[in-house]
Amino acid sequence: MIHSRNLPFVTTLAIFIIAYALCALQFPAMFSTRVIGNLLVDNAFLGIAAVGMTFVILSGGIDLSIGSVIAFTSVFVAVTVGSFGLHPLTAFALVLVISTAFSSAMGAMIRYLQIPPFVVTLAGMFLARGAAYLISTESVPISHPFIDTIQGFYFRFPGGGRLTAMSMLMIAVFVIGGIIASRTKFGANVYALGGNPQSAELMGVPVGRTTIGIYATSGFLSGLAGIVYTFYTSSGYSLATVGVELDAIAAVVIGGTLLTGGTGLIAGTFVGILIQGLIQTYIVFDGTLSSWWTKIVIGVLLFVFIVLQRGIIWYSNRRIDIARLKGA
Amino acid sequence: MRTAFAALGVAFTLSLATSVSAASLTVGFSQIGSESGWRAAETTVTKQEAEKRGVTLKFADAQQKQENQIKAIRGFIAQGVDAILIAPVVATGWDAVLKEAKEEKIPVILLDREIESPKDLYLTAVTSDQVHEGKVAGEWLAKDVGSKDCKVVELQGTTGSSPAINRKKGFEEGIKAASNIKIVRSQTGDFTRTKGKEVMESFIKAEGGGKDICAVYAHNDDMAVGAIQAIKEAGLKPGTDIKIVSIDAVPDIFQAMAKGEANATVELTPNMAGPAFDALDAYLKDKKEPKKWIQTESKLYTQKDDPMKVYESKKGLGY
Repeated sequence: MIHSRNLPFVTTLAIFIIAYALCALQFPAMFSTRVIGNLLVDNAFLGIAAVGMTFVILSGGIDLSIGSVIAFTSVFVAVTVGSFGLHPLTAFALVLVISTAFSSAMGAMIRYLQIPPFVVTLAGMFLARGAAYLISTESVPISHPFIDTIQGFYFRFPGGGRLTAMSMLMIAVFVIGGIIASRTKFGANVYALGGNPQSAELMGVPVGRTTIGIYATSGFLSGLAGIVYTFYTSSGYSLATVGVELDAIAAVVIGGTLLTGGTGLIAGTFVGILIQGLIQTYIVFDGTLSSWWTKIVIGVLLFVFIVLQRGIIWYSNRRIDIARLKGA
Repeated sequence: MRTAFAALGVAFTLSLATSVSAASLTVGFSQIGSESGWRAAETTVTKQEAEKRGVTLKFADAQQKQENQIKAIRGFIAQGVDAILIAPVVATGWDAVLKEAKEEKIPVILLDREIESPKDLYLTAVTSDQVHEGKVAGEWLAKDVGSKDCKVVELQGTTGSSPAINRKKGFEEGIKAASNIKIVRSQTGDFTRTKGKEVMESFIKAEGGGKDICAVYAHNDDMAVGAIQAIKEAGLKPGTDIKIVSIDAVPDIFQAMAKGEANATVELTPNMAGPAFDALDAYLKDKKEPKKWIQTESKLYTQKDDPMKVYESKKGLGY
């Protein structure tokens, strides 16, 4: 028997497997290691950012700044490595510190000034995008032997698919994220905070520290996603990744995490990312559909999942009520 | 069950057979988006050119995002297309994905814009020469006015944009030999109709009611259409009192030419795919490496070229 809490995740997984099977029936070439490798590498930056978003949404918050932070990171890295001759590793360390500090500050504002996360991270979104423009408005190419080496590193599957360094990094982030969410005190606090902030506080959850930790995680992972994006395009561009935060939110929700917080799985977000990638791949294989169909299908899926989640909450509340009645 | 397998087998062999024959190529086309009328026309013409040649075109609109273009190119490679056309949204960041295409021996052709990548990563680039476009416009004006003195006002494109810089440079080259032609005023009209009209109004005021102005050179047709309105409102006749020459050849300017209100336009052809397919054909059939840059024709249209007919042929392209 599947626990009703996990039902959204199981549904997502089933939808993904069925959809992939249908796609492969129509285009046999879609069932290849190459397409699977592409799904991983093309969504690496989105996936890493979405892990951070999952933590934020699990805690009942939202982070609208991640797309801008990714763009800022990529421009920052491109300019410091390209123009100032910094070693990429130094630039990466610097930018991760900046993005983590930036988002920690947002977390602190949310907690101590009691401003809704939506407003704080919206301001953060404009701030980070503006900072990216300030550094450079043009797309800045980046070339460094270190970056070329990492880019050239991949395992080749039979059939031509590749598992690149960036794909492996994304998988590692998902695994570590999953462990943190399900096996650590911090993870338990995140769920408790999302379930009910008042009772979490009464139970002794360190709300301030946890909130800042959640946004710091999101900021760190956005920075990491920005580094992956820099590898992905070998350049930094301040206009890049507009709206990625919305794709990440969609992946989290399709992956079965409740938008109100408290329930969800990191693994679900992974499947959510794969579903989005699958739709885009199908559209490219078909070659006649408008690419806007991606948005339409995602929109429909979001609707279905929100309704499904509502239904589950209603159903479990009813069961609790019935149990109470029986008890009385 | 066995028949099903047999059918699959037959289908598989058939699909193999078709992909080998040169007549039915499958080509992937990664387009930037549909941000302008010209871009939409380029998409329409590319689809038409593919159909004309019996090429199966896989079309992907990137919605102005490079990551979508990279995804589309990877998707094309995974499908095993015979060639890839890209209209790149930015100049940088293509090396990795183009290397993948090269490893699979899939030729890549750039449309409309060039990129900052090693030249061996793509087969060729099909683009217009913006300096040449300006030059064609300038030479037409020099020929048209002959030896009469002529004061020209110039409506520039967006300040600092490469078409604005290059079209200005080209026009100046075109009129260099004619010392009787002088550019007296030059300002940006931002490539838009409204700004073109505003700037033209100020030109007319500054040049004594416009009587002294002999010609307008606009870096695109939209600004020229705006200027035509401004000239009419000042009580002058565009096309006769003040000559109008511009670049792009969008349908609206042909309507103006048919009414005698505009004199000449230089075409920025939306047909980049035609030359690309020709180069591809030659490459796949005879292993003939094309030049790294294929320049599209910058054709001059005047009132003598039956503007209404050109308008009819262009208006359905999505401009």
